[in-house]
Amino acid sequence: MRNLPIGQLIVGVVVLLLLIAFPLFISQPVHVHTMILVFMFGMLATAWNIIGGYAGMYSFGQVAFFGIGAYTSSYLLVSHGVNPWLGLILGGCAAALVAAAIGYPCSNLRGHYFSIATIAFAEIVRIVFNNWKAVGAAEGLTLPMDNPSFSHFLFNSSKLPYYYIMLGFLILALVVCYFVANSKMGYYFRAIKESHRVAEVMGVNVVLYRLIAVMISAFLSAMAGTFYAQYVLYIDPDSVMLLPFSVQIVLISMLGGAGSLMGPVLGAAILIPASEYTRIALGAKGTGVDMLIYGFLIMMISMYYPEGVWKLVSRIGRKKTKTSVHPEKAAAVTAQP
Amino acid sequence: MNKATCLKVDGLSKHFGGLAANSDVSFSVEEGEIVSIIGPNGAGKSTLFNCVTGVYKPDRGSVAFFGRDITRMRPDKVCKIGIARTFQIVEVVSEMTVLENVTTGALLHHSRIKTAIEKADEILHFAGLYEKRDFLGTEITIADKKRLEVSMALATQPRLLMLDEAMAGLTKVELREILELLRKIRSEGMTLVIVEHVMEAVMQISDRVVVLNSGKKIMEGKPKEVVSDREVIQAYLGEKYSAHIS
Repeated sequence: MRNLPIGQLIVGVVVLLLLIAFPLFISQPVHVHTMILVFMFGMLATAWNIIGGYAGMYSFGQVAFFGIGAYTSSYLLVSHGVNPWLGLILGGCAAALVAAAIGYPCSNLRGHYFSIATIAFAEIVRIVFNNWKAVGAAEGLTLPMDNPSFSHFLFNSSKLPYYYIMLGFLILALVVCYFVANSKMGYYFRAIKESHRVAEVMGVNVVLYRLIAVMISAFLSAMAGTFYAQYVLYIDPDSVMLLPFSVQIVLISMLGGAGSLMGPVLGAAILIPASEYTRIALGAKGTGVDMLIYGFLIMMISMYYPEGVWKLVSRIGRKKTKTSVHPEKAAAVTAQP
Repeated sequence: MNKATCLKVDGLSKHFGGLAANSDVSFSVEEGEIVSIIGPNGAGKSTLFNCVTGVYKPDRGSVAFFGRDITRMRPDKVCKIGIARTFQIVEVVSEMTVLENVTTGALLHHSRIKTAIEKADEILHFAGLYEKRDFLGTEITIADKKRLEVSMALATQPRLLMLDEAMAGLTKVELREILELLRKIRSEGMTLVIVEHVMEAVMQISDRVVVLNSGKKIMEGKPKEVVSDREVIQAYLGEKYSAHIS
């Protein structure tokens, strides 16, 4: 990734242009909506990728940051009339602060212990919001629908503006992830992922860098949360703070290819349409066939591409340029009976 | 020549439950010296290393580095002030290439990726690993892994390098290569403390040897003195080795 090849850059630009053009040609709301979900989950999976894929902290509590972002901006808008764009930033900051507060005592937790702690944390957050009268408790918050305009982050005539805003957010998340991965932070995160010991003896302040990772991830997740609130215009703990939502984020990221820049987005591009379209086509019959197909797809990917679909794509892309990165290894493999 | 005291360990004790892994261990290392710590399995050598580098917190005693008290300092801070180490069971980042591993170490004092990579390349040349820079941490031999771990430690630009069994399990040729590397490191003015079982290496390279047994220091001296000490030979190097020597 150090030297981004021209080929990849061209593919990236072409895909971006196609995405920009997409809603101009295919304007049925259902397709645009699916794409918006792809971008949103792509962003959430990218945010997860920073802590899970790079730093090896497998958080199952991402939905809490998403929810905190949604609630912060929505509450400020509903009760104090704060502009959602400002709410977006404040929500990100709130989520980052909460992430630091919960991340610090979890500094020594690794692997599944960390995962369990994040599940507990997210559930606590959900229960708190479910009972917190000031933010609507279980009834949730309904956002006002006056003055639709860009400056109010509100559009009621078309999904197009949401589409482009979410695409912009996703690109922002990817840019952040790219710079994290290719900076001192990225190297340190990957060392921490291997073991705290190896990181520490190279002078890495493990506690500090783990906090940075969760804070960046929380901020980005919260941005997606504010977007969701402005898009759906109604939030309650059961829509923005449920555990399965966190699981889906992890699944998308892992199956797409955690630890690579584009893997999680690819995961979203495969799993979200698969889930949406099977639900649309088959879900109404009430037979659960859509879930069967979706589950089957997940099983297939995890059986054949446990490292993520991105591995397959990048392998095809690399074949021409770097056929033998490890000639000795290749020789050793062929030499075996 | 009057050289500064690099490392001073004073009355260090560490208990694990009822087991005294280190009790009242004291020794010091002068700048530019190579000091080996030897002793049978379970003598407390690795514990001593871990107490000095902050991986464990000692129960009693103190550790000073160039006169500065570093007792109970966090491992990353210990590294920052100039003590680098390797582990008995090799620790490298398996999902990183050889170059990326060393670059991570170099980032400690060179925040820019480009400079860190240049520095890492320099060290890989020095350690004879340059040809393998694009291999992953999992794809190299154990000898190369040990060499890589030393390179990662060097990349943090230490004044004191502590190696925990860098030569265990190597072939004769590999052993000679790593000894050559250690001599090269030393000629750059580095101070070295090594824990080692391979007596052949200890004899060749050490200025002084500290012998531990059951957590206590029982002898300290020049390599020749140590191996000719009857008690040490019989108790720590075994009857066979004593017969071999005399």
